[in-house]
Amino acid sequence: MVQRRDSLAQALRDPKELAHASLADWDRLVPQARRAGLLGRLAHLIDRSIGLDAVPDRVRSHLLSARILADKRRREVVFEIDRLVELLQDVLGRVILLKGAAYVVTDLPPAAGRIFNDIDILVPKDQLATVEAMLSLGGWRLGEIDPYDEEYYRRWMHQIPPLVNSARNSAIDVHHTLVPTTARVALDARILLEGVIAVQGKPHLAVLSPPDMVLHSAVHLFSEGEFERGLRDLDDLDLLFRHFGDGGSFWEPLLERARALDLDRPLYYALRYASEVLGTPIPSEVVAEMEARRPPRTTLALMDAAFRRAFRSPHPDSRDSLTGPALAMLYVRSHYLRMPLHLLVPHLLRKATRSTAVDPAVP
Amino acid sequence: MQSREFYLRTGPFLTHLTTSSPRLLEALPALYDARCFVERPEFCDFHVSVGSPALRRWIRPKIEFLFEGAPIFTPSPIDHAVPVFESGLNWAISTTINQYLIIHAAAVERGGRAMIIPGLSGSGKSTLCAGLAFRGWRLLSDELTLIAPATIELLALARPINLKNESIEVVRSLSPGIVFSRPAEDTLKGTVSLAKPPEDSIARMDERARPRWIVFPTFEKGSATKLSARPRAETFVELAANAINYGVLGDVGFNTLAEVVTQSRCFELAYGDLEDAVRLLTELSESA
Repeated sequence: MVQRRDSLAQALRDPKELAHASLADWDRLVPQARRAGLLGRLAHLIDRSIGLDAVPDRVRSHLLSARILADKRRREVVFEIDRLVELLQDVLGRVILLKGAAYVVTDLPPAAGRIFNDIDILVPKDQLATVEAMLSLGGWRLGEIDPYDEEYYRRWMHQIPPLVNSARNSAIDVHHTLVPTTARVALDARILLEGVIAVQGKPHLAVLSPPDMVLHSAVHLFSEGEFERGLRDLDDLDLLFRHFGDGGSFWEPLLERARALDLDRPLYYALRYASEVLGTPIPSEVVAEMEARRPPRTTLALMDAAFRRAFRSPHPDSRDSLTGPALAMLYVRSHYLRMPLHLLVPHLLRKATRSTAVDPAVP
Repeated sequence: MQSREFYLRTGPFLTHLTTSSPRLLEALPALYDARCFVERPEFCDFHVSVGSPALRRWIRPKIEFLFEGAPIFTPSPIDHAVPVFESGLNWAISTTINQYLIIHAAAVERGGRAMIIPGLSGSGKSTLCAGLAFRGWRLLSDELTLIAPATIELLALARPINLKNESIEVVRSLSPGIVFSRPAEDTLKGTVSLAKPPEDSIARMDERARPRWIVFPTFEKGSATKLSARPRAETFVELAANAINYGVLGDVGFNTLAEVVTQSRCFELAYGDLEDAVRLLTELSESA
């Protein structure tokens, strides 16, 4: 294996090839995977293909360590979900889980080896205040937050600021819709709520339907401003496409739903980069249909240049001279997507002039 | 500034270090034995660097520790390069390694049997560890105790011993031959200097040891040396609180720790005089 900037994506695409990896190949791959939050996922992929015994001892220790950590995170998520149900079942009837937590309770492939940042739930907007009060009783409160940021969240965002449980250090993101209120694409949250499906064997839990789950993951990733976990999120999408695309009718409802919710653009990008970077198999008629919804050529050229760099490990070996400008462009773009220009310019100025000191001692 | 690369072997781990820090370049050959410097291995467990961030090279220069290319701590004064490297490496081990149970504790060995010395900063843990290591015990580790769950054996790291403030002089007076790094002043923990482990500890860093004693020290100036037994259950709970990846390991963490405590005699030690404390613990090791 020669050293390549996309060697991590290559390994995720085809873990069987790792049977031939030299120690020197692993020496480059392990740090890249760990930085991208994908070492645990890689361990699972290897376990299911060539087996962890096919990996040299010294490397296997790191893969096992990452898997042990991912298993712990998964136990924590399950525990926290139980606490959420206890707190919220009387108010909401059922708790709607999004992203990582949804993958775990429905045992979808992206749950395997995943590192979770927080738990995301979807709540009807008129219930927000009640839910926030109930969560507060359970120990989840606003973390330390600048009043400007809090105002920003509450006024413009699709979620309230993250709530942190100080006793366990777990965080919950409470969403009331999937995209910011100010976004160019407005979304009626009621349509989403109507489409949720119950989780088998867990009467108080629900998740989005497969098309909505994919669209949510896509809209989130492609309006994102930071890409430390970009490849991990793209890999989630790849696994969802493979899983849902494998059986029954998925593609047709997905394309219809994207059109109805005006989310063609993020779906186009999700399919384009998942197949390009991770080799996601997509039926040709879906490709043809989506090509008709593609963005203008110049936009696409710019997006290609940026996203191809964003979907690499944040490790320095995966960067090139244009990675910095590409990530900066995507950061500004994410804000532009969220807010009209007359709101955006003052916001970014404020961000830029305020002290950006972050204490990196907190891992 | 010219940066140099080193490949360090410390117990089970291989570390690839890139640094341009004059302080660290000066300290490395003094603190680490020639045996710890190895030819470039094909695979290293940790890739780290200690250097100045681009913008901080000329104006109020600072030093930072990068793990796999990412900064871990807020930048420190350049004179702190040595403790920054050591604590960075501790961070790397304790956040990525889960094939061992890792306890925040010192550990030393005598006759194949290990003594685990947990303790908060200021408890006299490192001082006691150094005292024992320079009086015939073998140093396993002064900061991170690694235990293999399958065999309930302690692994040695045999890395430099981290000493703070008054304890630097106390340890220096143990023997004229001890090598120290130049003190780093005004760190979060005051003045810090690292001591090179004794020859024998490095030569035998691949030898494992069985747990036998768990001793919680409390240092107090002028205090008489007093060793008293401690209930096992209480020891278990306190050790679990000091075990960095106890929760991550789940059942394995619980069972490993239970086995360690079951196989050990548990004590607390109040001491004010290092030599006296060392004598008492050495006697203990000869009696049982």
